[in-house]
Amino acid sequence: MSSVSVVYALLFYFATAVLVAGVVRKIVQYAKTPAPLKIPTTPAPVTQGGVVYRMAKEVVLFSSLFKSNKWIWIFGWMFHFALLLVLLRHLRYFTDPIWGWVALIQPFGKYAAFAMIIGLAGLWARRIVVDRVRYISSPSDHLMLALLLGIGVSGSLMTYVDHTDIVMVKAFFTGLMVFDVNSLPTDGLLLVHLALVVALMIVFPFSKLLHVPGLFFSPTRNQVDNPREKRHVAPWAAKLDAQED
Amino acid sequence: MADFETPEMKEVLSTPKLSRGATEHVSPYVAKPDHQEKLGFPGELVENFEEVAINKMGDLLGKYRGFRVFLDSCVKCGACTDKCHYYLGTTDAKNMPVARQDLLRSVYRRYFTFSGKYFPKLVGARDLTKEVLDEWHTYFHQCSQCRRCSVFCPYGIDTAEISMAAREILDSVGHGQKYCNEIIGKVFKIGNNLGLPEPALADTLEGLEEEIKDDTGVDVKLPLDQEGAEVLLITPSADFFAEPHIDGLIGYAKVFHAAGISWTMSSYASEAANFGMFIGSYENMRRISRRIRKAALDLGVKRIVFGECGHAWRVAYSFLNTLAGPWDFLDPKYPVPQHMLELTHSLIQEGKLNLDKSQNDHIKPTFHDSCNVARASRMGNKPGGQFEIPRAVIKSVCNNYVDMEPGTTHEATFCCGGGGGLLTDDLMEIRVKGALPRMEAYKKVVENNGVTNLVAICAICKAQFTKVMPYYGYGMDSIMSAHQLVSNAIVLPGQGEETAEPVEASEA
Ligand code: SF4
Ligand code: SF4
Repeated sequence: MSSVSVVYALLFYFATAVLVAGVVRKIVQYAKTPAPLKIPTTPAPVTQGGVVYRMAKEVVLFSSLFKSNKWIWIFGWMFHFALLLVLLRHLRYFTDPIWGWVALIQPFGKYAAFAMIIGLAGLWARRIVVDRVRYISSPSDHLMLALLLGIGVSGSLMTYVDHTDIVMVKAFFTGLMVFDVNSLPTDGLLLVHLALVVALMIVFPFSKLLHVPGLFFSPTRNQVDNPREKRHVAPWAAKLDAQED
Repeated sequence: MADFETPEMKEVLSTPKLSRGATEHVSPYVAKPDHQEKLGFPGELVENFEEVAINKMGDLLGKYRGFRVFLDSCVKCGACTDKCHYYLGTTDAKNMPVARQDLLRSVYRRYFTFSGKYFPKLVGARDLTKEVLDEWHTYFHQCSQCRRCSVFCPYGIDTAEISMAAREILDSVGHGQKYCNEIIGKVFKIGNNLGLPEPALADTLEGLEEEIKDDTGVDVKLPLDQEGAEVLLITPSADFFAEPHIDGLIGYAKVFHAAGISWTMSSYASEAANFGMFIGSYENMRRISRRIRKAALDLGVKRIVFGECGHAWRVAYSFLNTLAGPWDFLDPKYPVPQHMLELTHSLIQEGKLNLDKSQNDHIKPTFHDSCNVARASRMGNKPGGQFEIPRAVIKSVCNNYVDMEPGTTHEATFCCGGGGGLLTDDLMEIRVKGALPRMEAYKKVVENNGVTNLVAICAICKAQFTKVMPYYGYGMDSIMSAHQLVSNAIVLPGQGEETAEPVEASEA
C-alpha cells in the first residue's frame, strides 16, 4: 500500500471529524441562542404546519430567491439540485451492495455534473460581470466557487474522459468506514478531486457554507405569526419581568 | 431648496449603476451626554471603545439568534443588492443591504470567527477602529429598518436586525444618535415624543372637539385620562398636532362616537411610537411599552386600540405581549392590541357606520403600504390582512381607489424614506433620495390614472411625505391619513339635523 493511500485516509478522517464537529457545534449554538422577539417577515404562516410548508418551499424551491432575481435563482437552483443528485450518486462508493434507488438515479447523477458546472459558472460570471455583485465579493467568495468548480470538473473528467479504477476507490472508502486502509489508485485526477473534497469539508464549518444549517434557524422564516395569541418570552427577558414584579 | 439634487424619477423598479461614497457625508448628529445618560448609556465615546463594543457584540450574539445566524449565513449571492430604496435613490454601494451588513460582519468575522482571526484579508475581516465606528454611524443611519431586503433574501437575512444591533453597540460605547435618544428621553420624562405635557394635550383635544362641532354640529368627545372607559387609544403623538395626522385622529374620534364605544386616551402613555426599537434596545423598548400597561391598569380599560403608525404597530402587534403582557386583565373577546383599522373595518362589516362615499369623490387615492405594517405585523385573522383591511376600509369610504405598480406594494412595498429613526432634518438628503422609488411608482399612477392623493397609515410616512413630496413636484397636502377619508365619509348620528343633540349617553 502506498503512502499516498495512508495520507488520504488520514485526511478523510480529519476532514470528517472537522466537518461533523464544526457543524454540530454551530447547530448547538444556534439552537441554544434564544430569539427573544417575534420577527417573522410577514405575511407569515399562523400555524406550525404553515411554517413547515414555508420552510419546505424555501429549501426545495428557493422561493424567496425566485421572487428576487431569476438569474441567481436559475443558476443557484441548478447548482444545488445537481449537487444533491451527484452526492446521492456517490453513495454507490460507500455501500455494498448498491442500494436500488441509488442505482436508479445513476444516469441522472452522471449528467447532473454538467448542470452543476453550468450553474457554478453562471454564478461566477455574475460575480465578475454584475457591478453590484462584484463589489460585495471577497477573495473567499471566488475561492469557494473555484473549489466547487474544481471538484465538478475533475469528477466529470473521470466519468467521461479518463476513468480511474473505480473498484479500488470503492474498496478504499468502504475500508475507511471500518477503519481499514486499502490502496487508492494514484492517478492525478482522482487525487486532485479527493483533495478538493477534503478541503471543502474542512472549510465548511468556518465559511459561508453555514447557510445550510443557518436557513433552518432563521427567525424571519421559521417563526409562527401568533404574537397576540401566544406570549413569547426568552429566558433572559423573563428575568427582567421577574426583577420587577 | 437644498445643497443636494433631487434624483430624477425614472422607470419604476429600475436599478442604477453603483457609485462609491455618494452619501458618505450624510451622517446624523451624535447624541449629547445628556441624551445618552437618560437611557443608561455612557455620555460620550468611552476610551476603550473597541473592548466595550466587542463585548457588547458578544453579548448580543448570545441573546439574539437572528443576529448570529444572519452574520454567518450570507453567501453574497447579491439578490438583495437592488432591493433597498436607499441604494436605488443614492447609488452608494454601501447602501446595498449586504454591503451594509458587511460593515458589521467584517468586524464580527475578525473577532468571533476562525477564518477572520487567521485569514482576515481572505474573508474581508477588519479591526474595529474609530473610523469603522463613524462609518457605522453613517450607514446604519441610512437604513430605515424597513425589511424589504429580508423579503428577497433566500435566508431571510434582515438588515434591520443588523442595524438595530449596530446602533445598540454604538449606544453602548457612548456614540448614539441624537434624534432617537433625545426623543426617548422625552417619553420617559413626559410621556410622548413631542414632550407635550398633560395640560397642553388636554387643550389640543378640546380644540379638536370644537372643530368637529363646527364642522358637523355634533358633540364628539376626545376624552383624556377617563377612568372606566372601554377602550384605551394609543396613538402617535404627531396625531395631536401635525397635518394630515390630526385629520386621522378626528376620524378615530368620529368612529368611536358613531359606534357608541366609550374610549379614552392617556396622558401618561400618550405615545404609540416606540423608538426603543430603532436603537435596538430591548430594555428601552420594554420600558416605553410598560407605560401602556400601567395606563391600561390605572384607567381600568377593557381593550387597547392603536392609531395609525407603522413601527408603533410592529411593536404593538409583534412585541407588546412579550414586553408588557400578559394582558389577562383585558376583555378576551378582542385581540390585544387591536389596530384602529381592524376596529373600523369590523364596524363597517357589521353595518354600524353610516358612510357617504360621495364625500370623497374629489379624491382619487392610492395606498402606501407602510413597511413595518406590511412586513412585520398583521391585521385581522389571516396572513396578508395588513394589506386587505386598509384597502377594504378605503374602498368602503371612497369610490376611486387605485393601486400602485405590483412590486412596489404589499410585502414588496418601498419605505417612505424617513422610517427607522431617520425623520430628522440632519438626514434630509438621505430622506429625499430614499423616497425616490416610492415617488416613481406614485408618479406612474398620477400620470396614468389621475391619482390625486397618497394615503398612509403611519405617522412617520405622513410627516416624511409632507416634507419630501414637494421635492418631487407634488404638494405637501398630497399625503392623507386613511381615517381622514373615513372622517370625510362618515355621517354621524344627528349630523345634518338643525338642532343636533348628542345621542351617545355612554360618552358623557
Ligand atoms: S440576499 Fe441574503 S444571502 Fe444574498 S447577498 Fe443579500 S443578504 Fe446575502
Ligand atoms: S432594512 Fe430597508 S433600509 Fe435597511 S438595508 Fe434593508 S432595504 Fe435598506
